[in-house]
Amino acid sequence: MSFEPRILAFNCNWCSYAAADLAGTSRMQYPTGLRIVRVMCSGMVHPNLVLEAFSQGADAVMVMG
Amino acid sequence: MTLTEVLQVEGQAGDFTVTLKQHPRYVDMDKCIACGECAAKCPKKVDDEYDQGLAKRKAIYVQYAQAVPLKYQIDPEACIYLQKGKCGACAKVCPAGAINFDDRPGQKTLRVGSLVMAPGFEPFNPAGRATWGYDRFPNVITSLELERLLSASGPTEGHLVRPGDGKEVKRLAFLQCVGSRDLNQAGRGYCSGICCMYAVKEAVIAMEHQPELEASIFFMDMRTHGKDFERYYQRAQEAGVHFNRCRVHSVEPGERDGDLSLRYITNQGRQVSQDFDLVVLSVGVQVSDQAAELARRCGVPLNDNRFAKRSGFQPVAAFQRPGVFVAGAFAGPHDIPMSVTDASAAAAAATGILAPARHSLTQSKQFPPERDVSGQEPRVGVFICHCGSNIAGVIDVKALQDYAAGLPQVVHVERNLFTCSADSQDLIKQAIAEKGLNRVVVAACTPRTHEPLFKETMKAAGLNENLFEMANIRNQGAWVHAGEPAAATAKAKDLVRMAVAKAGLLAPQPPLSVGVTRRALVVGGGLAGMTSALGLADQGYPVDLVEASPRLGGAALHLFMNWREEPVDLEIASLIARVQDHPLITIHLRSRVRAADGFVGNFISRLATPEGEKVIEHGVGIVATGGQPHKPDEYGYGRSRRVFTALEFDKLHMLRDGRITQGKNFVFIQCVGSRQPDRPYCSRVCCTHSVQAAIQLKEENPARNVYILYRDIRTYGQREDLYKRARELGVVFIDYELHDKPRVNISPRDAVDVVVWDHVLHQPFRLQADVLILAAAIVPSDHAAELAAIYKLPVDSDGFMSEAHAKLRPVDFANDGLFLAGLAHYPKPMEETITQAQAAVARAATVLAKDRIDLDAIKAHIIEEACDGCALCLDVCPYGAISLKEIDGEAEHRVAVVEAAKCKGCGCCQATCPKLGVEIPGFTYEQLATQVAAALSI
Repeated sequence: MSFEPRILAFNCNWCSYAAADLAGTSRMQYPTGLRIVRVMCSGMVHPNLVLEAFSQGADAVMVMG
Repeated sequence: MTLTEVLQVEGQAGDFTVTLKQHPRYVDMDKCIACGECAAKCPKKVDDEYDQGLAKRKAIYVQYAQAVPLKYQIDPEACIYLQKGKCGACAKVCPAGAINFDDRPGQKTLRVGSLVMAPGFEPFNPAGRATWGYDRFPNVITSLELERLLSASGPTEGHLVRPGDGKEVKRLAFLQCVGSRDLNQAGRGYCSGICCMYAVKEAVIAMEHQPELEASIFFMDMRTHGKDFERYYQRAQEAGVHFNRCRVHSVEPGERDGDLSLRYITNQGRQVSQDFDLVVLSVGVQVSDQAAELARRCGVPLNDNRFAKRSGFQPVAAFQRPGVFVAGAFAGPHDIPMSVTDASAAAAAATGILAPARHSLTQSKQFPPERDVSGQEPRVGVFICHCGSNIAGVIDVKALQDYAAGLPQVVHVERNLFTCSADSQDLIKQAIAEKGLNRVVVAACTPRTHEPLFKETMKAAGLNENLFEMANIRNQGAWVHAGEPAAATAKAKDLVRMAVAKAGLLAPQPPLSVGVTRRALVVGGGLAGMTSALGLADQGYPVDLVEASPRLGGAALHLFMNWREEPVDLEIASLIARVQDHPLITIHLRSRVRAADGFVGNFISRLATPEGEKVIEHGVGIVATGGQPHKPDEYGYGRSRRVFTALEFDKLHMLRDGRITQGKNFVFIQCVGSRQPDRPYCSRVCCTHSVQAAIQLKEENPARNVYILYRDIRTYGQREDLYKRARELGVVFIDYELHDKPRVNISPRDAVDVVVWDHVLHQPFRLQADVLILAAAIVPSDHAAELAAIYKLPVDSDGFMSEAHAKLRPVDFANDGLFLAGLAHYPKPMEETITQAQAAVARAATVLAKDRIDLDAIKAHIIEEACDGCALCLDVCPYGAISLKEIDGEAEHRVAVVEAAKCKGCGCCQATCPKLGVEIPGFTYEQLATQVAAALSI
């Protein structure tokens, strides 16, 4: 059985969230295990949010900005 | 109005009638959702112009991914249906019914007060000239083709391979000045101004892609005269790009198949021949035939180089054509910052003559009063978009609807073919009213493009716009998981669950706005400051103009001619008179800004003036503190009566000083204090200035010997005509290297001897100079640093003020409401200073045109009960928007307060606060944590 990680991402509205949109427009395909939370700046991601994600079962957390 | 051309322009400034022809798009822009189904099915392939013919596009297409509007169009020359009456594949698959083969050309007339022409440039076409072999060898390409090959969105996804055979490129050569500075091959004398910098950039990017790649640039003069460009050039040299000062005469086949051989002279003077995998022609820019025809229709004259004819003192005005303005590469070979600056300047000039009519045709939208939802349980409505088949083709939208209906607080779910269509907005409003919804979730595409539309609908339905949330199940769902419908549906359920969970926590936010003091403060009374002040005053806004010295004029008082050989003194005198006579301008001489506070629309500046302190309230500020000449500490300056800076020389020349009238040998040394480790920037104006002075000396007396010792002659753009004229007049140009500067000996009897290494003769060359002129660098004014500290403006390592974005916001500061112009930004000629000052006027007018500025609702909010005044948030706020205030006058009891107009909603404070005492509405800790929990709850 292959391992499909559950990844939680915090994406900045102005850059990485836009990049994720562009990946869609360009029809790039990637694994379905990613869930993106939109933030207005990666600077607003409180460290506790990262810990919360891990404690609730995320295999990886990405903060992109 | 896309696909539209100007047929005719009649009338005059203030009252033009423009006749337009609209070409058919064959796609209804109101219906097209840019899903791309049509292009996927279209059977006809043609060369893609955007990819420079390196890839194919379909007959129905969008020009490029970022096209605005993002709507498809049909190329009637290629479309099988339009050519032969059969096919129509696009119409069959279009889910929106947007294809209209019956679309016909239309005509339209507009009445306008002014016109701006910005038709851009076309690249020089190197085909048909044997020298470069562009149409003989597949591996000779243009720089624009390379640009596409290097692009991640290009035909090879950024992987640098040869178009001829797909071989990976290891040896890359750039030939500069293809179609520029070349009357012989290209019939063009001017310098295109942009090619040196783009070649250096492309070489660096190519090496970043393929670290083992060797890049060589063959050039005549390296013209990296823009702000920070010289540093980039230095870094490229350090990164290993080879720079060879040699014009290669021809491209020949190399030893191996597809390779190309170049024969050239090395910097050490040896003749060698070397093979390359790919040769890139750095093509110049030119005004196209169509743009020239457009100029004719608009009555705009062109000059000998076929750019728009202009005066250096009205750089965005079409020559002798009042009411018509020009911007960008049509005005001359301009790079991006210059073009963007031009565009703002043209906007200022074009609106200046229309100022009395401002807002006379404005209509504002009316919304019903907002429903109070406080204290109500959340009643969430979920609207799921099929986006034709874009979403519904992958995601099981019926299952998604059933799932959403079972989520807590959801009272209504419906599906729409297109949730963004006009009739769907009516359905949403209806559902809000009938079901008593107080929160709305749309599961569709991205909030980045569609949130504003749905927020309007919320307002129209009487709900606060911040009670809205989107789930991005298209761009981050169906489109990226097209082959996994089950997993994509499961993910869509998660995304909807996350959005609904957050929606339940959303609270209404009142619209924010701040008032505007409709006055301006301009700091600096030189050319930039006076031009800005006059521009704003002509737009109808009162201006306070602050100048530290006892008179207006600044550095321009020391100049007597611009590069177009127009006299400066009369222009400056007339400008000073207009500024002094303008009823809306208050001049403060011998005055300085001592302190300032406030934010966009509401600044308070304190001036120290001879009459005492003055307090000025203003909505915007323009910083134009200028620059000054560097005082040389080398080449015998200050030790001889025969060694001058360029400005000192000009004065003496004008005064017919005997040393100059009697002089036979004149030597200029360039880059005195510029382009060296302690000042690693190019001062941009000195080459042109020395060349002009040399021409004058020769024209006065052809028997004089005039030498210019230089590193690269940077007579960029159309200034190249001056360089050519100087050489024709017999001015001798000798290049030197930074590590081997000319040596100057001054004898006790004040004889000046200059020794320079001659790279052609390979021996030292001794010049006896009657006059030695040092082209000294331009440095920022002494006040710049002080003023920067007062307004908290960023300054670069050279002491020049830093703009918000080097390319796209060239006259804005990152601090809203403050703008910059002139030498305070970077050394530049008068013409560019005037353009920049006019651009600052346009940008400042966007603030001053309104009584109030609407602010985004996403602003930090302090929860006073939780705040203990620790001030950690003050340190992390990038915008200086947070301060402390005392509670009940007790110094030990303080809480943070946020200046909403300065806050950008980044939330660094929220992530830093140890007490959860500050939050960003719509992105609070609780809301984000709820989304995290919802994302991971299954």
